Amino acid sequence: MRRILSISLNTFRETLREKLLYNLLIFALLMIGSSILLSRLTLGDANRLILDLGLASINLFGVIIAIFVGIGLVSKEIDKKTIYTIVSKPVPRYEFLLGKYLGLCITLFVNTAIMVVGLLVVLRVMDVPIELVLFKSLLLIFMELLAITAVALLFSTFTSSTLSAIFSLAVYVIGHLSSDLKTLGGKLDAVSRAVLNALYYLMPNLERFNLKGHVIHRLDVGMTDLALIMCYGLAYTALLLIAAAVIFQRRDFQ
Amino acid sequence: MNLSESDVVLKTEGLRKTFKVGFWNRPVTALEHLDVEVRRGEVFGFLGPNGAGKTTTLKILMGLIYPSSGTAWIMDRPIGDVNVKHQIGFLPESPYFYDYLTGEEFLRFYGQLFGLHCAALSDRIDYLLQLVGLPHVRTLQLRKFSKGMLQRIGIAQALINDPHLVMLDEPMSGLDPVGRKEVRDLILRLKEEGKTIFFSSHILHDAELLCDRVSILVKGRIVAMGSVKDLVGHASAPSIEVVVEGLGEEGLAHIQPMVERIAAQGGRTLLVLKGQEQLNGALDVIRAAKATLISVTPHQSSLEDLFMKEVREQGERSAS
Repeated sequence: MRRILSISLNTFRETLREKLLYNLLIFALLMIGSSILLSRLTLGDANRLILDLGLASINLFGVIIAIFVGIGLVSKEIDKKTIYTIVSKPVPRYEFLLGKYLGLCITLFVNTAIMVVGLLVVLRVMDVPIELVLFKSLLLIFMELLAITAVALLFSTFTSSTLSAIFSLAVYVIGHLSSDLKTLGGKLDAVSRAVLNALYYLMPNLERFNLKGHVIHRLDVGMTDLALIMCYGLAYTALLLIAAAVIFQRRDFQ
Repeated sequence: MNLSESDVVLKTEGLRKTFKVGFWNRPVTALEHLDVEVRRGEVFGFLGPNGAGKTTTLKILMGLIYPSSGTAWIMDRPIGDVNVKHQIGFLPESPYFYDYLTGEEFLRFYGQLFGLHCAALSDRIDYLLQLVGLPHVRTLQLRKFSKGMLQRIGIAQALINDPHLVMLDEPMSGLDPVGRKEVRDLILRLKEEGKTIFFSSHILHDAELLCDRVSILVKGRIVAMGSVKDLVGHASAPSIEVVVEGLGEEGLAHIQPMVERIAAQGGRTLLVLKGQEQLNGALDVIRAAKATLISVTPHQSSLEDLFMKEVREQGERSAS
């Protein structure tokens, strides 16, 4: 466990020294802050715009960080050959992978926390009521980021950074449209239906983590539902990490 | 010589590795039936030209790639056993490190992977920075290190766990003569401490100075293995160079059948002789001709001669 922690803290340190991260973070905070200006230019429910833009910014920039930092986690180690000095130490490969994953999760947590503080400040300044469902929504956004990071990590164990980015973005988009796959399958022939159903069950149903509508319309979500969605997210992430570890265990580092 | 199991630190049996390259996955053999034994406390040189398969072998032994067939053991444990890595230190070829870390952070990170912590780790870091001559880089980021400094901090990370077996892939490459001398001294110091050192190199002079035994790898095959003395002794008989002055026409005619080669310049003659018998005969002729003996220089063939011979022969075998 200490080895995993050492690797994750080293990964966290590595991401902290990446300029990309700060650029994204500043941009996200600007987006969240811009909702103050935009709400003044908007007719109708200004609170709704602030919440919508704030949550969307946290989600979008979180996903960008998860994918674009996540795909480099392992492939960069292999390209730069730094992995040679780790795998030659008494570190099982899965521990290395888990350490890298947890390191990025810590980075994502710190980033999300900073963005959330930014959003809370904006909400406070604009006198928007802060309700419990907002925090439930933020929790699920973070859960989605954990799953997307695991997707990026899985791809980066067997393909190049560019392909990993494309595949991970594709999974993210399909994951948000997965219920449409089932609906579309219902209108097609048996073979197409089977293929689309298989895709529906294989791809993560990322819409389950989207509570933005609930926050805007002030609809609460029960704790049982929240726990079930969290369990789904954690189980899916665990499966992705196991698959990544199995692939990683078998590959040669040339 | 019969060796007990405990005397053998590293052993490979029939190790073979093929890589698939190109679009059509064409198989290319990097290693062919490699059998090597490294004994406790020795410095073993794993020599070969570029592309011979040295790094591939080290990568297999360190669990970075898997062999296509064959097996290997390190300290009686199969390679890939994570626990045996507690006893090994490894320096990869042209080391690439986390360049955002400082010298101290770098060593601390690797120490933590071995379960070292607190004061014990701090003491070890102090000792190693001193040992590799980098006590001043504690707070300097690795991206600001010179190539020689990177090689030295790389050696320090390979020793962070005080290993029994130290595996170094081309430890002298990229170093200036002073750096090479320092690494040589360091390897000898490790040997004095009772450690076993297995290093790959294509710098034969260093290997000749350091190694108890060497193996020569050419195109994935071992073509020679043994102690430097035995290998060089078998490779060719020593030659003797004699320089004389005033040998004269008659003396030259007498001495001609005894020598391998004659070169005359000015009044002096260089004679290249094979062995002691020829030397005695030549000295008799020199005395009889009343010529002046200037010098007698024995020439031992070097590891480089052997290396070049083996590489040439392997090339000829492949061509035929």
